[in-house]
Amino acid sequence: MSVVQAVPESQTPLLEMRGISKSFPGVKALDQVDVTLHPGTVTALIGENGAGKSTLVKILTGIYQPDGGEIVVSGAPVHFANAEAAIRSGITAIHQETVLFDELSVAENIFLGHAPRNRLGLVNWGAMNARAAALLTSIDAPISPYTRLKDLSIAHRHLVAIARALSVEARVVIMDEPTAALSYKEVEDLFQIIERLKRQGKAILFISHKFEEVYQIADRFVVFRDGRSIGAGMLSQTGQDEIVRMMVGRSVEHVFPKVDVAIGSTVLNVSGYSHPTEFNEVSFDLRRGEILGLYGLVGAGRSEFCQALFGITRPSAGTIELEGRRIDIRSPADAIAAGIVYVPEERGRHGAVLQMPIFQNMSMATLGSTTRVGFLHQAEEFALARRYAERLDLRAAALSVPVGTLSGGNQQKVVIGKWLATRPKVIILDEPTKGIDIGSKAAVHAFMSELAGEGLSVIMVSSELPEILGMSDRVLVMREGRMAGMWQRDGLDAEVLVRAATGNM
Amino acid sequence: MSRILKYRELLLVAIIVVLIAVFSYRAPGFASPESLANIFNDTSILMILALGQMAVILTRSIDLSVAANLSFTGMAIAMMNAAFPQIPLPLLIAVAMSIGALLGAINGFMVWKIGIPSIVATLGTLTIYRGMAFVLSGGAWVNQTQMTPSFLNTPRMSVLGLPLLGWMAILVIAIISLVFTRTVFGRALYATGGNPTAALYAGIDVGRTRFFAFVLSGALAGLCGYLWVSRYAVAYVDIAAGFELDTVAACVIGGISTLGGIGSVGGAILGALFLGVIKNALPVINISPFWQMAISGFVIIVAVLFNARQEKRKGRLILRDAVKHQPALTETPAEGAAA
Ligand SMILES: Nc1ncnc2c1ncn2[C@@H]1O[C@H](COP(=O)(O)OP(=O)(O)OP(=O)(O)O)[C@@H](O)[C@H]1O
Ligand SMILES: [Mg+2]
Repeated sequence: MSVVQAVPESQTPLLEMRGISKSFPGVKALDQVDVTLHPGTVTALIGENGAGKSTLVKILTGIYQPDGGEIVVSGAPVHFANAEAAIRSGITAIHQETVLFDELSVAENIFLGHAPRNRLGLVNWGAMNARAAALLTSIDAPISPYTRLKDLSIAHRHLVAIARALSVEARVVIMDEPTAALSYKEVEDLFQIIERLKRQGKAILFISHKFEEVYQIADRFVVFRDGRSIGAGMLSQTGQDEIVRMMVGRSVEHVFPKVDVAIGSTVLNVSGYSHPTEFNEVSFDLRRGEILGLYGLVGAGRSEFCQALFGITRPSAGTIELEGRRIDIRSPADAIAAGIVYVPEERGRHGAVLQMPIFQNMSMATLGSTTRVGFLHQAEEFALARRYAERLDLRAAALSVPVGTLSGGNQQKVVIGKWLATRPKVIILDEPTKGIDIGSKAAVHAFMSELAGEGLSVIMVSSELPEILGMSDRVLVMREGRMAGMWQRDGLDAEVLVRAATGNM
Repeated sequence: MSRILKYRELLLVAIIVVLIAVFSYRAPGFASPESLANIFNDTSILMILALGQMAVILTRSIDLSVAANLSFTGMAIAMMNAAFPQIPLPLLIAVAMSIGALLGAINGFMVWKIGIPSIVATLGTLTIYRGMAFVLSGGAWVNQTQMTPSFLNTPRMSVLGLPLLGWMAILVIAIISLVFTRTVFGRALYATGGNPTAALYAGIDVGRTRFFAFVLSGALAGLCGYLWVSRYAVAYVDIAAGFELDTVAACVIGGISTLGGIGSVGGAILGALFLGVIKNALPVINISPFWQMAISGFVIIVAVLFNARQEKRKGRLILRDAVKHQPALTETPAEGAAA
């Protein structure tokens, strides 16, 4: 099964991990894995949700201690007792769950822990803000260093995380799913940054579930399966099918399982929906069995619009009719009661209670239906959780473990399952397959088709063009908070959508 | 969640057993069934109050007014009993719980609708409720002779070797564990503290959940107002002064995370019992009350350290911190669309 191809001998590795193992209670996250990073090379780390990718990243950055194995940097064995030690060895990372501080400014977030000091040893604010501004400019981020982090959109937060990783003098840069929250334009910008780092001779470890990206930016690959390294080699000599086979042990056809369903009568009518600062005059009809794709650049106001539809924020104008009746949604509870649910994009922050067991998270939005004479029915909660865990191929030691112990992608499956369990009339999915591996992605898409077939209406926010093209009956494009156009499935054209989203009509 | 808690609860049980063994070595008879029943009975009020405090702490808040609430309701009930001895006891207890709940609702209202941080709100009402007790009584005491015998003696009636006071605690523990683990409200308490934003998105009203946590804490404080006054057979303004800190300590020792969302009823009860054993044992082996306080304080710090270490050992640094550092309740709309 192991496929190891020759790596050009000319390069001596910058960093080698040999026989690294790491266990958590009940799970062997890494079992004797080997990973080698070369200077001026992008190495892609590929594997299913829960394969151990992020665990490896956390070991490399001193957050977890390995149970066994050794790390060698430039020929010398190293041991990282904490995150600072890893930084001192020139290793920096953008983590999958970015740890930033809402109440601090952008500059403070970037330099937290290594702020420039003045002669008295105090923080040199002038230098810090200037350097932050320079860093942000160098990655084309239109963000002021003085802004509070909490005032930034998700994508901009992500750019701050990237700036933070680049703010230390590093030889090894690790990116754990850096593109998950970004639309293609920001991805292009990020790739330019990566190319620049490559030219500077840095070794880059790049983690992504999107094969187009991997093939575009990476030179080498390493595949993990169930915590073991299965194969490594040059991407130029290896096809995607072969890598997928190494990854899942079988071949996966990633076609979009769009099923044609009869589109019924109008379920939801939104007209003139506006918000003082986020979006303006959004109007559309949504019909039974329809999947409406909502496309646009990150920051086009799609998530903000959906949050208003779900009662998180209040619109300044506009009306909603559900099945012909005017409804007023003041809170998520109202929306859920009316039959509209929203699967949020930032699932760690908005979706899961990390210290709660999986089954309790899954039943959280449907507590009413698992209650018998006022008391929760635990067996029913478990049954529900088991049903959706199986459908979504959730990898967990047990349904009673805290969600916080799951891998990023598996946490997302828990949150998606929670909402699918509510059986609503209208389901809004914000980036439904973000961070989910190729096999489970197909499962989520199949589930969406099935829901539509049962007469549900789906609004799918996505920044992934193939997903939009593959799954939507109609596509609404938003740009800078306004509707930029609406297209039917048979008239869909990638280029037209991109032009509408960017405004280069 | 449950695994560390189980472990911690077993550990607490072991520590308590060892303590009792050590104390009974120094003071024979300490471990006799009567003595143990007595310690349990003696800790009843703390256990009941700790459960109310736990509800509040689970939602990432704190109720510093419980003891003041107890003092006011205790005074009100005692005066009522003295003035109208014909009012039946169950009605009096219902009145005590209602007054307590009302005072708790005032805290909850300030936190929910006005948005005052709970520590500030209840620090204010702590003084106000005691002040109200003073105004109500004019600083006078209500003595044993003024209270009716049934008011005084019912909690002391012994059933199967345990006074009714202890049975009352057992009843409250049973009801509260059922509520916390088996009802939508209980689940909402954990979700609200665990991740308020996710709770909001799931249709749980975070503010209302907090409000009812305070109401529950207040109602239990009201109940304890009666239990305290009848137990010590006197009501005056300063009863249970500083007792709110004991309730917080019981929760902390019992593993209720002050960051919200984590903890079990068993833990809070064991935390209270632990304090109860120490309180009862130290005088028996001739240690001064000042040492008692120092020892209790020391134990609390050790418990907190133990908590922190255990969370570290789980190795969930990143995820844990990501949760801790985002207290935001509602979403501030991102400026994204303007870009
Ligand atoms: N702190 C933890 N406690 C217990 N188990 C953990 C912990 N962290 C990770 N695991 C387990 O280790 C395994 C590997 O997780 P990891 O996060 O490395 O996966 P991943 O490859 O990054 O997946 P994804 O693509 O979903 O991000 C999973 O089974 C996960 O449940
Ligand atoms: Mg990961």
